[in-house]
Amino acid sequence: MTATTSEPLLTFEDAIATFDPVMGFEVHVELNTLTKMFCGCPTEFGAPPNTQVCPVCLGLPGALPVVNEKAVESAIRIGLALGCSIAEWSRFARKNYFYPDMPKDFQTSQYDEPIAVNGALAIVVPTEDGPRPVTVGIERAHMEEDTGKILHVGGATGRIHGADYSLIDYNRAGVPLIEIVTKPIEVEPALAPAVARAYVTELRELIVALGVSDAHMHQGSMRVDANVSLKPRGRVELGTRTETKNVNSIRSVERAVRFEIQRQAAVLQAGETIIQETRHFHESDGSTTSGRIKEEAEDYRYFPEPDLTPIVPESAWIERLRATLPEPPLKRRARIREEWGISEHEMQSLINAGALELVQQTVALGADSADARKWWTGEIARISNERGLDVAALPITPQDVHRIIMLTIEGSLNDKLARQVIEGVLAGEGNPDEVVVSRDLAVVSDDGALLEAIDTALAQQPDVAEKIRGGKVQAAGAIVGAVMQSTGGMADAARVRELILERVGDSLG
Amino acid sequence: MPALDRDDVAHLARLSRLQLSDAELDHFGEQLDVILSAVARVAEVAADDVPPTTHAVPVVNVTRPDVIVACLPREDVLAGAPAAEDDRFRVPRILDEEEQ
Repeated sequence: MTATTSEPLLTFEDAIATFDPVMGFEVHVELNTLTKMFCGCPTEFGAPPNTQVCPVCLGLPGALPVVNEKAVESAIRIGLALGCSIAEWSRFARKNYFYPDMPKDFQTSQYDEPIAVNGALAIVVPTEDGPRPVTVGIERAHMEEDTGKILHVGGATGRIHGADYSLIDYNRAGVPLIEIVTKPIEVEPALAPAVARAYVTELRELIVALGVSDAHMHQGSMRVDANVSLKPRGRVELGTRTETKNVNSIRSVERAVRFEIQRQAAVLQAGETIIQETRHFHESDGSTTSGRIKEEAEDYRYFPEPDLTPIVPESAWIERLRATLPEPPLKRRARIREEWGISEHEMQSLINAGALELVQQTVALGADSADARKWWTGEIARISNERGLDVAALPITPQDVHRIIMLTIEGSLNDKLARQVIEGVLAGEGNPDEVVVSRDLAVVSDDGALLEAIDTALAQQPDVAEKIRGGKVQAAGAIVGAVMQSTGGMADAARVRELILERVGDSLG
Repeated sequence: MPALDRDDVAHLARLSRLQLSDAELDHFGEQLDVILSAVARVAEVAADDVPPTTHAVPVVNVTRPDVIVACLPREDVLAGAPAAEDDRFRVPRILDEEEQ
């Protein structure tokens, strides 16, 4: 079975000409606590299967869970940063369902008494007419636990459909999660996909600034479920919604919302009805396909978790945590714009490229902000677009980019060679210094060799040499070009220019 | 407290993936009714001034520090599994669950 949907689509323009989209997002953030939500097992990503499990997270009879205090602190800090009220009394609940990703046969979550309610996140949405401020209402943020990882075996594609059986690793079962749920988002229809992207971008930045999660979407430590429904223009009541899961990059959030708007519009236009269901997003073509029909809320038979005590945070504790909140991302960006001397537009393109943090980290290592921006939003962003990946998902670090910048400043790399070094780092050939050595990329820094090439070029183009002697310094460009060509691009153009002028000057003197 | 009808019991059975005959549905329905009416009697004596509770003792904020403790050795973990493969728990195909 292929991922491609054969369902008809309306064009986005036609869809929003008739329908108003309403969106809602459920974002799961895996906390970076050392241990799980209810037991002391480590949470390290990528450990060998079933090595980070114990009687509690395996749901063995008689095992008793105890809440991780650090996870509660992180939940409260997220709630406060989102402007939520922190509940004076909060409880855990069992969400009962029959699926082997939780060995207990239920997930410990929060239901009617979440830790944080009723907040808002201010975002800035890039539009053709410039940045537009939008406020996204936050319904709630609650604590829960992650599930195990299921591997489907057999069948053609390793997907659930056609699988013969499944294998389960429970290392992730019980890792603390915070689920952040928005209120329904209704914006100017044409902006909906961009708002989706801006919300997830902003939320992710906030989570990273709080230091509560690494929020790597490609590793699943931040996961987005996008709810989309349509209603005919002018109607008040909401249409039936679908919930698209498996949206694992910021770019995909925008694509998934756009696709669902186009698909649902075609269904409604044809006089049919939307089925309330879970849909799966496919990175390959940006489509969604039907998953399971959504169970009604009461089918989960939530009830208060008898093995855990209520969480009743003292106000002094909440205030202590409030004092640890970072500068809000919007404010922080205004400050950074000031420091780097860049426009809101340049800031937006940094954010859109998903490169703000990476540039900041590169600057923190000592690089100039203009140099850092140039590489992250230039060559590296270009490659990430080509590969359909977020910049952060590429195997190149701020340390690598800082080193490449330093090598260009020292003059051992020029821009062309630096691009090849980036290519080498991305191809897994090692760090920048290793790539320089293995690909033999250092510029010709031996002045003797350069002078030889310059003399040859001057001899071949006597008219140009004459012009330079006559004071037309810009004519040196032709000689620089010739030298770059004869050295196979392995020369520092600025140094070549200096040497040409010295050479011509010498001959004058 | 309204009695459970057979559809309610069938629904609960389906959620638990239990296949029950009509006779069993009636049988368990009667048993569940006994339990529900016992709980209903407790609800009768609980006046408005008695707050609902989920714990026998009034304890809140029982937490533990974020400190790693030893996990189970993997051979012990998988020893309890009905089937295992590649260091993972092996379960029957779940295709039908997804597609229903």
